[in-house]
Amino acid sequence: MHYHGESLIRDLSMKAQTFRIDVLNMVYRAQTGHLGGAFSVAEILTGLYFHHLKLDPERPEMPERDRLLFSKGHACAMLYAVLAYRGFFASEELASFRQFESRLQGHPDPNKTPGIEIAAGPLGHGIAIGVGVALSLRMRAAAKPSARDAPSARATVAKVYTVLGDGEINAGVIWEGIMSAAKFKLGNLTAILDYNGIQQTGSTAEAMPTEPIAEKWEAFGWHVQEIHGHNVGEVLDALDRADEVHARPSVIIARTTKGKGVSFMEYDHRWHGQPPSTEEYEAALVELREGLKQWQE
Amino acid sequence: MRKAHGEALVSLGRENPKVVVLSADVSNSDHSYMFAEAFPERFFNVGIAEQALVDISVGFAISGMVPFAHTFAAFFATRALEMVRTHACYGGARIKMMAAYAGISDSFDGPTHHCIIDLAVMRSLPNMTVLVPSDPRSLMRFLPQIASWDGPVYCRLNRNEVPVLFDDSYHPEIGRAIPLRDGADVTLIACGITVSRALQAAERLAAQGIQAGVLEMHTIKPLDVDAVVGAAETTGALVTVEEHSVVGGLGAAVAEVLCDRALVPLRRVGIQDRFTNTGPYDTLLDRYGLAVEDITAAAESAVRTKTGSSTERRV
Repeated sequence: MHYHGESLIRDLSMKAQTFRIDVLNMVYRAQTGHLGGAFSVAEILTGLYFHHLKLDPERPEMPERDRLLFSKGHACAMLYAVLAYRGFFASEELASFRQFESRLQGHPDPNKTPGIEIAAGPLGHGIAIGVGVALSLRMRAAAKPSARDAPSARATVAKVYTVLGDGEINAGVIWEGIMSAAKFKLGNLTAILDYNGIQQTGSTAEAMPTEPIAEKWEAFGWHVQEIHGHNVGEVLDALDRADEVHARPSVIIARTTKGKGVSFMEYDHRWHGQPPSTEEYEAALVELREGLKQWQE
Repeated sequence: MRKAHGEALVSLGRENPKVVVLSADVSNSDHSYMFAEAFPERFFNVGIAEQALVDISVGFAISGMVPFAHTFAAFFATRALEMVRTHACYGGARIKMMAAYAGISDSFDGPTHHCIIDLAVMRSLPNMTVLVPSDPRSLMRFLPQIASWDGPVYCRLNRNEVPVLFDDSYHPEIGRAIPLRDGADVTLIACGITVSRALQAAERLAAQGIQAGVLEMHTIKPLDVDAVVGAAETTGALVTVEEHSVVGGLGAAVAEVLCDRALVPLRRVGIQDRFTNTGPYDTLLDRYGLAVEDITAAAESAVRTKTGSSTERRV
């Protein structure tokens, strides 16, 4: 595990907060899109793309890259903002979010947007697709002559990460994928659960109770960590620890807040998929900018 | 057809190290166990989990592998369909779906296991390719083409021993219909098990003085439109024959072409819009409208409807 310095954590935390402002602008301008789940996943995606993942924005299809399968597709406004500022495409393009003929579709499209690995929107696919990708990468690494000779061969296996929503895990195929990942001992697969506790019509506890979620996942044979998902340091530490687990898949249960950063959006399911009015937009902008200040001081 | 499939998979696996085989625990049904025995490190039993079967195959495909996914036709076309649409057709993952027990070939397991809607369902998906091989050699010839095809493929497999139609000279190509018999009065367009029945029907029609051509339409999508229009222009009457519902399958695909390009009489031989029952395969084929007599009757009807005037036919 690496030590993550304060300046790194402050930098990534500031980035995540500025991405929230970008996302607010995108959804306000388009008057359509999903804010709540985008705000909750900000630190997770920022930690992954700006520190943890091995990737090259100049070569989005580099074979040895780590794969991020963004499964909670409705929150893609945040993914687009992160990809743009990571260098996959120009940040000016964010203004075209959800517009006709934009590369930034309503839900992610791997054939249109650089850096997107899978289509998402219909929920539940990340883990099972991740199983296929992780198996492929493991086979590829094993097939290399150098890997066969070197005892540290596993270090050359590219890693697969999938970011899930907590409502998403209602879907049966998630659990099919969980079982397969354990069966095939996929140490190169890590799921990150953005556990914000809210889905489209209310709390996840009401819609479909999933607790005790850590115990369930553990019983299915996975390595389980629980963290505070808005603490970048915890996100980075957990990703490092997951990388050290080689004989089974890992899940990081990241406790988050839906609508994080805007007081009147937090914990309120109505902000799952509703655009803000001008008054709401301006109020939200003030709060997000205020939130940025804690890192600037 | 099952043993041929197992052998063809093994042969493909030998030629192409990127081929992997996945199964929703049906490898003894479709004989993909033969691949599992030959290449255990490239075979993955994902359990009775058809949605994960498709998604895991998608994961292989987007990582540069060539995944052949196996379950029953009914489960690809219904239970796992959203995965197929979203990731194979929209996302572009080149998965190869080998649809075992297609049509009513799993006859004794009954209507839950029959699949007479898959051609309609799969054909409606953009970017999908839909194949119905007619005999063991046809399947063996198609398998390498399926592997190298630049897109997702849905390929029907028949559970039963089917009549051997073709010898070593048979070289089918995806998307190109094959004329098997010439005839000036009507063209029978068939796929899969119905090809042999169409050939029998053509013999009987000849004895009645009706010269029926037979066109093997092994590719339902992309449909060989030129072959359909050519047959319409040459014979002025068409009959489609399919082990499928008359809703949305081969007959519908041909009807769509005729509406746009060459309006001639068409009769669609297939299973009516209903659920079928359990029973012996041949009995079911005969009882649900795919008897040789059904084909000859349809051909006679189509020929009777022909006006004989090319201007009125509006070819």
